[in-house]
Amino acid sequence: MELNPQQLVFYLFALLTIGSAVVVVTIRNIVYAAFSLMVTLFSIAGLYVFLQADFLAATQVIVYVGGILVLILFGVMMTSGSLDLKLKLERGQLFWGGVVSLTIFGLLLSVITNTPQWENVDIGASQEPTTRKIGEMIMKEEYLLPFEIASILLLVALIGAALISRKEVRDE
Amino acid sequence: MSLQSYLVISIILFSLGIFCVLTRRNAISILMGIELILNSCNLNFAAFSRYVTPPDDISGQIIALFGIVLAAAEAAVFLAIILAIYREFSTISPDETDTLKG
Repeated sequence: MELNPQQLVFYLFALLTIGSAVVVVTIRNIVYAAFSLMVTLFSIAGLYVFLQADFLAATQVIVYVGGILVLILFGVMMTSGSLDLKLKLERGQLFWGGVVSLTIFGLLLSVITNTPQWENVDIGASQEPTTRKIGEMIMKEEYLLPFEIASILLLVALIGAALISRKEVRDE
Repeated sequence: MSLQSYLVISIILFSLGIFCVLTRRNAISILMGIELILNSCNLNFAAFSRYVTPPDDISGQIIALFGIVLAAAEAAVFLAIILAIYREFSTISPDETDTLKG
């Protein structure tokens, strides 16, 4: 099988995604798991670039790696006491978790391989950035209402998170 | 590089996330599993947007953007709840915070 450089980089990113996700799931040190999750999120951003979703890739890096991952590390530091917290695993749970996830994997794999209408409709590489198109679709076309709802949702989550995590103050 | 290869990466991530949620005994590890699942969803949306819909239709990418927004809001509230639970119980293991268990 002949591999051109593009395919080589694609398979590198795919391998990096899956390998670091396996590390996230299996490693016992939660801080290492968080840093491995960072590698996963970065390589998914790389896969977005292959899908010609440049704006999505940038958003992935900014929001996930810059926001959610920092939040997760912050949560680890606030709740573990010491940073080398070991995760406990139980054998029965490992077995049944493996059975359930492998069943789901087999089911989805059979759906993917047995669906005939997903033949490759490769449209070729376009050089056009998607930022302008996304902006127009969100602000002018049918995605304006979901955009506004998402902004309200973020406000609600902000207020809710601040309210839940503060200390309870009782004034008479 | 075809639609199928992206879908296979996505279902591997999804099953790993399910495995993580089912087996980990630490609320923050469960959050990491949920993030893996959400990322596999977004990857699916972007892949279908690239390979199935016409080239000038990028609705899938916009749905994936909204997915990222939801994931951010979810992570913030999740960690706020974890901090509140830790203050109350001094642990974040889902097994030990069972006050509501009958």
